Amino acid sequence: MRKFFHRLSKHRFLFEELVKRDFKQKYKRTVFGMLWSILNPLLTLLVMRLVFTRLLGRNAEFYTTYLFAGNLMYHYFKESTVGGMSCLTGNAHIFTKIRVPKYLFLLSKNVSAVINFSLTLVVFFVFAAFDGVPFHWRFFSILYPILTLTMFNIGMGMILSALYVFFRDIQYFYDIFTMLLMYLSAIFYYVDRYPPEVQRLFLLNPVFCNIKYVRVVVIDGNLPSLAFHGLLLLYGAAALALGALIYKTQEQKFLYYL
Amino acid sequence: METAIRAEHVSIRYLTGDFKDIGLKEYVMRRLTHQYQVREFWADRDISFTLMKGDMLGIIGTNGAGKSTLLKAVSGIMTPTEGRITVKGSIAALLELSSGFDADLTVKENTYLRGALLGYTRAFMDEKYDEIIDFADLREFQDRRFKQLSSGMKSRLAFSIACLVNPDILILDEVLSVGDGAFRKKSGEKMQEILQNGVTGLLVSHSIQQVRELCGKVLWLDHGRQMAFGEDVQGICDRYEAFLKAR
Repeated sequence: MRKFFHRLSKHRFLFEELVKRDFKQKYKRTVFGMLWSILNPLLTLLVMRLVFTRLLGRNAEFYTTYLFAGNLMYHYFKESTVGGMSCLTGNAHIFTKIRVPKYLFLLSKNVSAVINFSLTLVVFFVFAAFDGVPFHWRFFSILYPILTLTMFNIGMGMILSALYVFFRDIQYFYDIFTMLLMYLSAIFYYVDRYPPEVQRLFLLNPVFCNIKYVRVVVIDGNLPSLAFHGLLLLYGAAALALGALIYKTQEQKFLYYL
Repeated sequence: METAIRAEHVSIRYLTGDFKDIGLKEYVMRRLTHQYQVREFWADRDISFTLMKGDMLGIIGTNGAGKSTLLKAVSGIMTPTEGRITVKGSIAALLELSSGFDADLTVKENTYLRGALLGYTRAFMDEKYDEIIDFADLREFQDRRFKQLSSGMKSRLAFSIACLVNPDILILDEVLSVGDGAFRKKSGEKMQEILQNGVTGLLVSHSIQQVRELCGKVLWLDHGRQMAFGEDVQGICDRYEAFLKAR
């Protein structure tokens, strides 16, 4: 681990330059470009708020905040992994010619997802204030699911980007997958209306678990159990470990495909 | 004299076949119908050579001889399937000139990005930037987008960055034929100067003339096999030219 951070500091300059490049590519040097990218979760939120409030949120307290928490985390997951998927194929012209650690491309892509997420997070708290949610010092604990979801995103990004090198139609499958995942993540409905055994099945979904953590803290004002903390860490660490393993074992093979 | 690069019985295997650019659906179909084929292909077979610090090696051979693959192994992009390569020192590899440049970034931004890719620090690039941009003769273009440059200008920049950052080992794949006459003369002189300062170089070139002039050792590859290696540059080049005529 120490060796990893040492190597990371050695590549700091490269990392910064890559982040700058990705930023300029993505936002085409405009401030408006950045605003656009937080518009996506906000518009989804608006539509869900209009459509589902009467249907599902009638007796619920803080339904807007409930919806927003789901959209916030889900969009972070989606943006980070969809962006990460193309990080190897998009930079193939570099790493097939110059020796460079490949995970840097993924990390630099993730920086813009993190920044978009942070902007959306600020808007989330503004909305929560309007919704009348009582603010509390415990809110700081949502840094924990942000950390574990980031780990999960990076791991998934590694897995997807490697798969994308081998199979180019993965992106269409992944489109379908993320859509199904959205419906399974209880973004606009409540899981406590299902029988207990079905509720437990939701815990198999890492994205749902991270959303749930934020809701427990912000809406209920509680801290989740220690076991729940462990579950989130497990998901994040497992994705990271699997991603790193794939990069390590398949790295030499990438060159044959690019 | 200190050894800079030692390649011992290096063999590199490539996989080819029609597995590239097929999707998961097609992969499954081909697996089921037993039409999935992967062929092995040895790009390099049992290559051995040793370079001392300050040596300039010319690598010659026809297309598909395994020259670029060998350079990829030396620069650490690929690991040899068999054998091993020991390298002492930092490498600046110019495997293809425009590689690693981004069309939408400016010349200045690209210079820093390339410097970073080659493993240098920001402070070092700050110090070297003026020298690089002046050598490439691109000062008035430094804030232009890279895609607005001509291909000659792009090559000039790539060459300048690789040469002016003082690598221990410099790998040049078909790059000395870049730019117009004036720049070619300047880059030739620069190469001589760098070699006198003890840089170890590997040069791939289709110009036998260039290899005869610049190199002190030569490696001749043909279809992945090592035909000759040694300090007898003129002799090996003569044999290679005779071989080309006889084909």
